[in-house]
Amino acid sequence: MLSIESLKAKIDDKEILKGLNLNINPGEVHAIMGPNGSGKSTLSNILSGKKGYEVNGSVTFEGQNLLELETEERAHKGIFLAFQYPLEIPGVNTNTFLKTSINAIKKARGEKELDAIEFLKLIKQKSLELKFDEKILSRQLNVGFSGGEKKKNEILQMSILNPKLSILDETDSGLDIDALRIVSEGVNSLRNKENSFLIITHYQRLLDYIKPDFVHVLKNGQIIKSGDYELAKELEKVGYEDFN
Amino acid sequence: MDNRQKEIDNLKDYKYGFSTDIENIRAPKGLNEDVIKFISNIKKEPQWMLDFRLKAFERFKQLKEPDWQKPKYPKIDYQDLYYYSAPKSMDNKPKSLDELDPKLLETYNKLGIPLQEQARLNGIAVDAVFDSVSVATTFKEELTKQGIIFCSMSEAIQKHPDLVKKYLGSVIPTTDHFFATLNSAVFTDGSFVYIPEGVKCPMELSTYFRINASETGQFERTLIIADKGSYVSYLEGCTAPMRDENQLHAANVELIALDDAEIKYSTVQNWYPGDKDGVGGIYNFVTKRGLCKGKNSKISWTQVETGSAITWKYPSCILKGDNSVGEFYSIAITNNHQKADTGTKMIHLGKNTKSKIISKGISAGNSDMMYRGLVDIASKADNSRNFTQCDSLLMGNKCGAHTIPYIKNKNLKSNIEHEATTSKISDEQLYYCNQRGLNQEEAVSLIVNGFCKEVLQQLPMEFAVEAQKLVGISLEGSVG
Repeated sequence: MLSIESLKAKIDDKEILKGLNLNINPGEVHAIMGPNGSGKSTLSNILSGKKGYEVNGSVTFEGQNLLELETEERAHKGIFLAFQYPLEIPGVNTNTFLKTSINAIKKARGEKELDAIEFLKLIKQKSLELKFDEKILSRQLNVGFSGGEKKKNEILQMSILNPKLSILDETDSGLDIDALRIVSEGVNSLRNKENSFLIITHYQRLLDYIKPDFVHVLKNGQIIKSGDYELAKELEKVGYEDFN
Repeated sequence: MDNRQKEIDNLKDYKYGFSTDIENIRAPKGLNEDVIKFISNIKKEPQWMLDFRLKAFERFKQLKEPDWQKPKYPKIDYQDLYYYSAPKSMDNKPKSLDELDPKLLETYNKLGIPLQEQARLNGIAVDAVFDSVSVATTFKEELTKQGIIFCSMSEAIQKHPDLVKKYLGSVIPTTDHFFATLNSAVFTDGSFVYIPEGVKCPMELSTYFRINASETGQFERTLIIADKGSYVSYLEGCTAPMRDENQLHAANVELIALDDAEIKYSTVQNWYPGDKDGVGGIYNFVTKRGLCKGKNSKISWTQVETGSAITWKYPSCILKGDNSVGEFYSIAITNNHQKADTGTKMIHLGKNTKSKIISKGISAGNSDMMYRGLVDIASKADNSRNFTQCDSLLMGNKCGAHTIPYIKNKNLKSNIEHEATTSKISDEQLYYCNQRGLNQEEAVSLIVNGFCKEVLQQLPMEFAVEAQKLVGISLEGSVG
């Protein structure tokens, strides 16, 4: 589904990714672990289409050259990024934002857009599943949200958009145990034969809740080792510094 | 191409930019007593009206064109303009819409303002002003039943001289500033509204202004009187053809609210803004002033200003009656080379008077936006309050936004609050929206509509939807 080959990325002449290879098949959950500055966020930015990077190498998604597509076109194809720092948009209700988002995607795919009632029904069901306080939805998007509320809101958006590839950029950082559980349940409820996940994290903690199929260690812009869940445990013991 | 894209493409090139080929009657070019007499004569005005005009013209000759505003413009040659232009077919004024020149009907249909009986299902009474004259007023009979007068200014001068004599110039005197006084001398037509005591006007009243002829200034005059305990909501819409010359629009609007009356005045101004390089477009130099004459009266201005090459106006409230309330809600958008110097004046004279100012300015491209506002609380206006919030949103780094609030408080028991913010649409916000499937235009439109929400909510339903679209479209191409 996603195939990354010798991916290199520079920003302001600084090389961050230095030839990264990764393959994700439908239904797989991959975790990428690595120290600060190893290029984890850069990878998620490049996959989702953030501008400002000089990119080399190839990234194909369902057989299509992903690097040629605009950010929104990638979203239309089913790529979702749960932001490390979700943005505030004053004056725009969370509900309005979600509805605009889902309908923009549906429209691009030539599907029927949701009317107000269908949308409310969907959002009610998803909030219930995720134990998400519905009151938050009538507040301005991320404005005055606590760190946990922002992250939960990302997961709610993810579960409403039902993406093929979800990228979670350090979604677990700064979460208490309850929020961590909600985030994990959100991911687990979307897991099936088709949906894939790329989970970027510092800690093994999240992976206790979301058991990944593969764990990769990213260091210095390259994946230096890949393995299964056991690798995460080993990392936690040894630390990034001494891991080679 | 999907529908939204089509819509945007249509509007990209200012879809109201067509002109109608229609035979006109014009006053001779230039400004002098004879031209004023010509206008008065062709409108068969009584002597008192001509005297009003000539008095204003005498005063005008002594006035100097102001130049303190931020947007500068090339000197206007007032002798090189036509002050009166009317479709020839209006010469012997048609008695009903069926007699109206089909070309005129077609123009208004193109503008989305259906004037024909059968098309008037939307429950809004419309007075359509084409260049210098009012061409049609709809729903007249229904309104007459309740004693409401809604007609063209010319008709009001003929049929309701007592009301016109009493109130015309009572808020904007003939001795006012340069453009207002020019209007008093040469105004051609406009709308007149009178709501009798205790009547709540059952529908939105609306005037639609259209400049068609070239080299023609448009000087309309609107007068709205809400008698004791009455209510009216009034909408004003404006468009003009694309021409590469600048056209002057200097209207006067006077509102008078008596005891316990309320007037809500909404404007969606979409005059031709000029092209991408700043050639052409309307100079919108309008004087709008409301007088809360009676106790407990209320006047509320809501404006969405997206068009014009230069917008220069300050819809104001004089809060004379005790406990009266003045409100000003404004969205002003400038793109490309447009310039705006706009805001409001709240003059507190009565006791316990309240005013609220919410101004949202959005600048993009190479444009420049100025909020200029005055809050003046007189020494006798005990316990008066003002709240002002001025927010500016910048897009790109070639545009400007400025805020100049003038605050005068001569009463120790009164209170003025002022808040101001300036923000920029960040690339991160746009990226976030893009990642959720919104393209650049949709993202900008969503963020900007969020920014303007407090003002959009003030507009009557039918207008709010239009305005929301207009806000998005006006900023088309401003990022990315």
